[in-house]
Amino acid sequence: MAELTKKERMKIPRQEMPAQTAEDRVENFSEVALGYTLEMAQREAERCLQCKEPHCMDGCPVEVTIPQFIEAVREGNLAKAVAAMKAKNNLPAICGRVCPQEVQCESRCILGKKGEPVAIGRLERYVGDFELANKTFAVTKGPATGKKVAIVGSGPSGLTCAVDLGIMGHDVTIFESLQTPGGVLVYGIPEFRLPKAVIRAEIETAANALGIKIKPDHVIGRTLTLDDLQAEFDAIFLGTGAGLPMFMRIPGINLNGVMSANEFLTRVNLMKGYQFPEYDTPVKVGHRVAVIGAGNVAMDSARCALRLQSLRAKANGGERGEVHIVYRRSPAEVPARREEVHHAEEEGVIFDFLTNPIEIIGDGQGGIAAMKCIRMELGEPDQSGRRSPVPIKGSEFDMKVDQVIFALGTSPNPLVFFNAEGLQRSKHGTVVAHGENGRTTMKGVWAGGDVVTGAATVISAMGAGKRAAADIDAYLRDDGEW
Amino acid sequence: MYKILEKQVLSDVTKLMVVEAPQVARKAQAGQFIIVITHERGERIPLTIADYDREAGTITMIFQEVGKSTMEMGLMEVGDAFKTVVGPLGHPTEIENFGTVVCVGGGVGIAPVYPIARALKEAGNKVISIIGARTKDLLLWEDKMRAVSDELIVTTDDGSYGRKDLVTVPLKEILEANPGKIAKIWAIGPAIMMKFVAATTKPFNVPTIVSLNSIMVDGTGMCGGCRVLMDEGAQFVCVDGPEFDGHKVDWNNLLSRMSFYRSEEQAAVQRFRETHKCNLDRMVEKGAK
Repeated sequence: MAELTKKERMKIPRQEMPAQTAEDRVENFSEVALGYTLEMAQREAERCLQCKEPHCMDGCPVEVTIPQFIEAVREGNLAKAVAAMKAKNNLPAICGRVCPQEVQCESRCILGKKGEPVAIGRLERYVGDFELANKTFAVTKGPATGKKVAIVGSGPSGLTCAVDLGIMGHDVTIFESLQTPGGVLVYGIPEFRLPKAVIRAEIETAANALGIKIKPDHVIGRTLTLDDLQAEFDAIFLGTGAGLPMFMRIPGINLNGVMSANEFLTRVNLMKGYQFPEYDTPVKVGHRVAVIGAGNVAMDSARCALRLQSLRAKANGGERGEVHIVYRRSPAEVPARREEVHHAEEEGVIFDFLTNPIEIIGDGQGGIAAMKCIRMELGEPDQSGRRSPVPIKGSEFDMKVDQVIFALGTSPNPLVFFNAEGLQRSKHGTVVAHGENGRTTMKGVWAGGDVVTGAATVISAMGAGKRAAADIDAYLRDDGEW
Repeated sequence: MYKILEKQVLSDVTKLMVVEAPQVARKAQAGQFIIVITHERGERIPLTIADYDREAGTITMIFQEVGKSTMEMGLMEVGDAFKTVVGPLGHPTEIENFGTVVCVGGGVGIAPVYPIARALKEAGNKVISIIGARTKDLLLWEDKMRAVSDELIVTTDDGSYGRKDLVTVPLKEILEANPGKIAKIWAIGPAIMMKFVAATTKPFNVPTIVSLNSIMVDGTGMCGGCRVLMDEGAQFVCVDGPEFDGHKVDWNNLLSRMSFYRSEEQAAVQRFRETHKCNLDRMVEKGAK
């Protein structure tokens, strides 16, 4: 193909992602976005202007060399694209699916100034999936250093840290409290957004190549304490995430049918409750479900609820029911990824903005009859810079619901800090760690990801894992200069 | 994998298993619990720890077959292995020399009360124990409980063994006979039993510790499904408990929450019985040929 001019490149429309139709996909838990074909990927790659001073990379927490990998895709040299990608990001099939690209790399793309940015995320996924299927790139363990590193938690930060340390030649062991590695990728993010097979393949490939040991069923703080780990390992990385759910302090939160998004999603995702009774863990879905909050976890919960409703209607007949997102702010403040909101809308999730629950009313038999809400209006900007919602007096009303799922964010699980007095934490329960290298106030202990920042994104956790790995490596080669 | 080293059939529906889980045995203490998964498609089943042997690296669990998962567990044999045994979870019992204490165990709850009674006895307490069950066949560990108690009272609901009473009757007698002398009471058993034990001891104002077993998934504070309403607000059984002040528990809320999945539980049991019966039929058929 002849080289295109800049003008010609800019004329190519952003390539749409093939996807299951909304009608089809609400009746299954299979992946919604189906991925580019080679032809689509190459066409999309042609749109990249290969800027001399690319800004896209500044928007990436792990500094993927975006123009290089896109150029390789354009050339059809996918092995080269994989090599460029893996130099910075070991889990592209995951990141390509769950990163909020619109506020990261793609937000910096020059094409976005006048039209639509290059679909960097979709291309990343294409490269990641190609690699999972073709295995062109072998990560190799560096010369053994003889140093042992414990990684606590097998979510995005821990995995990334483990892989980098493995490449550097260290002897790495990952401790995971649940039965399956992956952390929030496995228990939180639904199959239709990030298939479990992708996570398993990414983890297994890396762990096998680098000799990383994974120990499931180990709750640090209980099965082993930080003390125990310090006695056995030369360095410890805490990537335990933010696993503790928050509930509103309103009457009725202990009625049957009120649950955290964590519980609902864990039953659906980790335990495969949507396949009950083939799988043993049941999950309930109401006929009128309210999900409180509007982050990615809220969207995931709402879309899982819709699917469960559809499957029930298909099996037993009757109406599907309704799923509402109840959010106290306005559409402009919605924190979820744009694509998730779009998909949720397409699938039929109903959005109730500027609405806040104030009480969950019982049905007299332990269940929920309704949720009392109040209308809100936007007032002055708060600390987060967003206009803070203020209740409108006298606007209370009852919303008829039979299930309430709280997706209000999460905080770090304090279990891991058992007997770890030397480890300083903030009043929000997060670990105090150096912003660059991840060092905590305890010698030989690093932390990164949600356990430090509070609930954030997969990629920012991966960035923290990467930076900590570099510093752990320096520390271990430096004879423990703290 | 976590191998079953020993299995005892304590009654038709009550089984004891000694399982290899050295990392759990190393840390286990009285009052804590574990979560087990039987197989790839299994659910996470919380069980209180009945005993542990740090040197052998084993833990002992006793369970009653009440649902599909525990029925399936009951069919596992020595040499079979669990997919997961994780723990110890929850806070251990606070053990010190309180003076005279009463340990109440109901049904399969006798098992987790045993290590508590033993620890209390070792700490110098005078231990009075009451163990009860619906009927004689469901009683367990009478000898073990007797060995760690200064006094042991046995009751059955139907009078088939020991006193024909609910555990609350002798408990009340002890409280009346020893005014101001009983320092603390532990009660583990069905929620309804613990509710009535708490109601019995409240007028006497004797601190009463109960071990709750609400529905949970992960057991590490992540799902919050196990939350129980206390006077001071909602608490998580898995990380704040499992032991709580029985006088502060909202028992009706707990009982209601424990029945949330009843229809799913029943459907699973029915389906299990049907498929299991089919398998038996097939085996009989094969044998006949």
